[in-house]
Amino acid sequence: MDSIFILKTIIILVIFAVSLGIAAYETYFERVIAAYIQDRIGPDYAGPFGILQPLADAGKLFFKEDFIPTKADKWLFILGPSLAMLTALLTSAVIPFGDSFIYAGQAVLVQGIDVNIGILWVFGIVSLGVYGILIGGWSSNNKYSLYGAIRAASQNISYELAMGLSIIAILMMSESLSIRKIVEDQHGINWNIFYQPMGFIIFLTCAFAECNRTPFDLPESENELVAGYHTEYGSMKLGLYLFSEYVNMFVTSAVLASLYFGGFNYPGMDWVHGFLVKSTSFTVGHNLATGIGILVLLGKICFFIFLFMWVRWTLPRFRYDQLMNLGWKGLLPLSVINLVITAAAELSGKPLMGSWIGLACFAVVLGLIWPLIKPKKTAV
Amino acid sequence: MNQYIEVVKALTPTQWAFYGLSVMALFGALGTIMSKNPIHSVIYLILTFFSLSAHYVMLNAQFLAAVNIIVYAGAIMVLFIFVIMFLNLREESTELNRNTVLIVATVLGSLLGLILISSLKKAEVQYLNPESFRSQTGMIETLGNVLYQDYLLPFELVSVLFLIAMAGAVMLGKREKGERNF
Repeated sequence: MDSIFILKTIIILVIFAVSLGIAAYETYFERVIAAYIQDRIGPDYAGPFGILQPLADAGKLFFKEDFIPTKADKWLFILGPSLAMLTALLTSAVIPFGDSFIYAGQAVLVQGIDVNIGILWVFGIVSLGVYGILIGGWSSNNKYSLYGAIRAASQNISYELAMGLSIIAILMMSESLSIRKIVEDQHGINWNIFYQPMGFIIFLTCAFAECNRTPFDLPESENELVAGYHTEYGSMKLGLYLFSEYVNMFVTSAVLASLYFGGFNYPGMDWVHGFLVKSTSFTVGHNLATGIGILVLLGKICFFIFLFMWVRWTLPRFRYDQLMNLGWKGLLPLSVINLVITAAAELSGKPLMGSWIGLACFAVVLGLIWPLIKPKKTAV
Repeated sequence: MNQYIEVVKALTPTQWAFYGLSVMALFGALGTIMSKNPIHSVIYLILTFFSLSAHYVMLNAQFLAAVNIIVYAGAIMVLFIFVIMFLNLREESTELNRNTVLIVATVLGSLLGLILISSLKKAEVQYLNPESFRSQTGMIETLGNVLYQDYLLPFELVSVLFLIAMAGAVMLGKREKGERNF
């Protein structure tokens, strides 16, 4: 066997294992952060600081009775959680987790596959993510599950549009669909967030909606729909649904960090690379610098995961018409305006100054015409 | 018999992938028309779209594959499932069991198949030259250059058509004055 091939396989397996491991410990940190925000102690029983809590949860879910309702569509009932998990795990294949490792004189990229359609791959998988919920909700043969599924479908379709348009603004800047190219364009501290502040906010909001996280967790809102699409699920099938949400959160954070916060780039990376190469050999120095880049990306991912949890335990849930109004009447026009501003800024030759001037002009115009277009408050 | 086994043994991994995907696509297509439950039909159709996308990837047309998944599997099929769930078409439709419909469908289907086969037989197949073939033809850069240089006018006309269709859909879906909200 080719040793490069084996190294690539190891990298892919490690990415897979890390995304599962981080997702497992997200469940723990979600509880710890919730406890901190609500001034409780949180999980502290399983192991020191409750650090074994994810294992205990998994053990409990595995040994519960695996139940399929009589009236349910059996195969689709099983297919639902499987699809949810599959689509959640597929996305991490195209995310560049680091620069490259040099082994036997050849550079091996720290990435599953560097395809030339990178971001479209992510977008395609995200649009498939709703099938797990839809199929699971429908096959349960339960009114509330169906409501949850339908809500999930319409929510995903609505927020995909604004998300796609904010991605197009990024593509206009980097002139490539490959995520590696997008990340390499943000070398050092030249991050996209400075060019795309509005695009980032739109993308973040849509990411919350696509992950079905609070404040957009309408598909599983327990005070209206029992538990939404997974009402009839129990045991590890329910576990897979809940777990896929955490995997989605990890992958979304990785995409956010790569698109807007420079991925594995950090200020002073050239100096660190030069220093490490000088003090050791080129190969060892380069590999160490790559390792530091991976740690930086993981740090950014952890920050976004924390943001997801922070928002979940701070904001209340939206009402359904508010959700739809925000998606169609708020974020979609804003993302189109963002697209126009980005295009003008790119054409002007000074993208950074152009985009901020464009945003300032937009803010002034919006402030002037706001009294005219202000939506009237009507009773529901 | 032996000669078939020899052929199977000589298949390259690419050919294995091609035949596997083709079988999957046909299986999905047959499942789409044969399953009685409309939701099952839609899921089989999604399987077909996936295997077609995999074929596109094998032809090195990655952009086409991604767009096929995003547009058809991701958007249109979700809307299909959405509508079917709303209508709740669980009971079998009686129309298809009528013999006349079945007979007419069979005759028309086989006629169409006959026409397709005969025209394919007459068609001249152009084999491509491996030396002059450019493997980057299906990549997005090439496609963008072709669309925005050689076919700019048709492309823009299509986008205008889409805009009109969208405005029409909004007009149809718009709530009229005095109509109930929900």
